[in-house]
Amino acid sequence: MSRFQETDSILSWGRVVRASHMAARPAWRDELPGLLTEATSDGRSVLALGLGRSYGETGLNPGGAVIDMTGLDRIIAFDPESRILRAEAGLSLGAILEVIVPHGLFLPVTPGTRFVTLGGAVANDVHGKNHHAHGTLGRWVRGLGLLRSDGTRHLLGPDDTTGLFAATIGGLGLTGLIEWVEIELIQIASAMIDAETVPFEGLDGFFELASESSEAFDYTVSWIDCLASGPSLGRGLFSRGRHSPAGPLRAAMGAPGPSMPIDLPGFVLNAASIRAFNALYLWNGRRRSGTSRMPYTPFFYPLDAIGNWNRMYGRRGMYQYQSVVPLAVAADATRAMLQAIAEAGQGSFLAVLKTFGDKASPGLMSFPQPGTTLALDFPNRGDETLRLLARLDSIVAEAGGRLYPAKDGRIPPALFRSGYPDWERFAAHVDPHVSSLFWRRMGA
Amino acid sequence: MRVIILGATSGIAEATARLYAKEGADLLLVGRQAERLAAIATDLKARGAISTQVAVTDLAATTDARQELAGFIERLGGVDHVLIAYGILGDQDQAWADPAEAARILTVNFNSAAAWILAIADRLERKGRGSLVVLGSVAGDRGRRANFVYGAAKAGLATLVEGVAHRFAGKGPRIVVVKPGPTVTAMTAGMVRKGPLWASAEQVALVVRRAADRGGPVAYAPWFWRYIMLIIRFLPAPIFNRLEI
Ligand SMILES: Cc1cc2nc3c(=O)[nH]c(=O)nc-3n(C[C@H](O)[C@H](O)[C@H](O)COP(=O)(O)OP(=O)(O)OC[C@H]3O[C@@H](n4cnc5c(N)ncnc54)[C@H](O)[C@@H]3O)c2cc1C
Repeated sequence: MSRFQETDSILSWGRVVRASHMAARPAWRDELPGLLTEATSDGRSVLALGLGRSYGETGLNPGGAVIDMTGLDRIIAFDPESRILRAEAGLSLGAILEVIVPHGLFLPVTPGTRFVTLGGAVANDVHGKNHHAHGTLGRWVRGLGLLRSDGTRHLLGPDDTTGLFAATIGGLGLTGLIEWVEIELIQIASAMIDAETVPFEGLDGFFELASESSEAFDYTVSWIDCLASGPSLGRGLFSRGRHSPAGPLRAAMGAPGPSMPIDLPGFVLNAASIRAFNALYLWNGRRRSGTSRMPYTPFFYPLDAIGNWNRMYGRRGMYQYQSVVPLAVAADATRAMLQAIAEAGQGSFLAVLKTFGDKASPGLMSFPQPGTTLALDFPNRGDETLRLLARLDSIVAEAGGRLYPAKDGRIPPALFRSGYPDWERFAAHVDPHVSSLFWRRMGA
Repeated sequence: MRVIILGATSGIAEATARLYAKEGADLLLVGRQAERLAAIATDLKARGAISTQVAVTDLAATTDARQELAGFIERLGGVDHVLIAYGILGDQDQAWADPAEAARILTVNFNSAAAWILAIADRLERKGRGSLVVLGSVAGDRGRRANFVYGAAKAGLATLVEGVAHRFAGKGPRIVVVKPGPTVTAMTAGMVRKGPLWASAEQVALVVRRAADRGGPVAYAPWFWRYIMLIIRFLPAPIFNRLEI
């Protein structure tokens, strides 16, 4: 009996790309070699899957097989004294926090949702609001176990000289199956965050706040009203925070709250509703600006409060677009992008702006580089949306920037290659039987 | 809280064990595969279990459940809750053609489990407290062509549990059979999981954990299966037999 089943329930998080797959969900690491053999024996390619929080096509392998790693979610070793945790790759960051927070420990780096797996987080070398202080998660990986389709198991760490570790951190799952990961944790005194929200009027205000805050605050990020134009172009809310020095060490428990039960019809999300939302958000943020002490979940994971919030964008789904451009040109390039969006009248619910620091990742293909990163969500309106994104592409390319494959679903191959000059060195480490829609579209 | 889990490598058992671990329980994990049990034990310890022990044995091959049980309880220093979670799905088509496969499904899922239930129930009765939760299945509520040998074994277990619960009535100990609907676990890995009624092992585990404290003697997991099975059990055979379920 085949352990792979045909399923059409695998979607990208942006829900633009839908495809049928052969999927298996093992519960034990000892099943993996057999599954790899079974998947690849009839010439199919294979890809590991996490919790599917990637927006685009990096987690899809249509016509091929996927191995859902979420059943492999056991802690293998945990020593609160040395702050080292080793766990199977399918364990979620949220589940890790439940275990470590009561010990006064925290993840050194966390993305904007806790519903991602350890393996998926390493495969995208995720960054958080503390990139300026801690760099990417890859910098905190002390070791990992990689299983290749030829059946070989590789124990890789920062001291690896073959290049396979560097290729696997941020390697989009293409170097093989990550079986387990060992990470270093950081110490916290409480589960609370001292957070502060500061409104700013224009982009210059953002850059001032960013440079002023990076020393004193562990976490910084800001939200931009990307429909504002003219003098208020780039107005927004700057949010910064740090772990509270005192307070309870209580972990947030369990499942997400209410869930979006259906796809909202497309007309609900139009220019007017997005404009209203942005204005409201800004108003609310200004009203509540100032300092507050809050649990870590609403600070790091505001979107996790609504399960399947991505269904808000309706059946056609959405594109997320995240770029980073070098600091020297960041102000001009960001202004140009915001102008292009305002002109196109295609607002985004979420426009997030943050500066990346210069802490280098060990990963060859890691997305963050020193500069400013802008992340935007666009409801998918077909050609109209794609034209705007192409316009943004040209601004990013000219600025010498790059796009985040985890977010996008349509990076032009040329922009990928110019953004990731190491891609050929990386390609040499790609497992010959592993592939994804993204990798095939890049023409590799 | 001292807990014995028979068949600890099953998906539902592991999810339930995590709930106990979070409460800071002492756990004895029993199963056949030493390495897998060890992996679970380490994980549960990290998740908060006070202690975890492992016993490697083939539960379906036990000849003296009472004596083996006494050994488990001694190792744990007593027992508060027991969960019987081991079982096999088997192959219905093969069971139809080959009596050996049918016997295997019945022996593992009914005969051996019944021996454990009786041994544990006797112990709980003599102690006057403690609870036993047995994993049954909605498949035991009405025979269907797809899995009636497995279903028959689970039906037998449910009847046995109901009888013991009757005997326990008004006394201290508790016994409950939890009947999950289709659940995403290793046991069902080869099945096509279409439809909205599939539950996760975590959902079922919540029902199992609660069953050990209150309610009974029958609990469905998730709860809506009680109503679905109520309808299915009362469908007249001429209608039922025309359904593709
Ligand atoms: C609301 C939201 C906020 C986000 N915020 C951020 C953010 O702030 N910073 C950031 O960097 N990202 C962010 N992301 C993106 C997210 O962190 C990444 O997409 C992450 O990699 C998703 O992990 P996953 O477990 O869902 O993996 P999937 O999306 O399922 O897979 C992602 C990639 O990892 C590979 N993979 C998964 N498991 C394994 C494994 N065991 N072995 C090998 N390869 C594997 C897959 O092949 C795929 O290429 C956000 C996403 C959402 C939905």
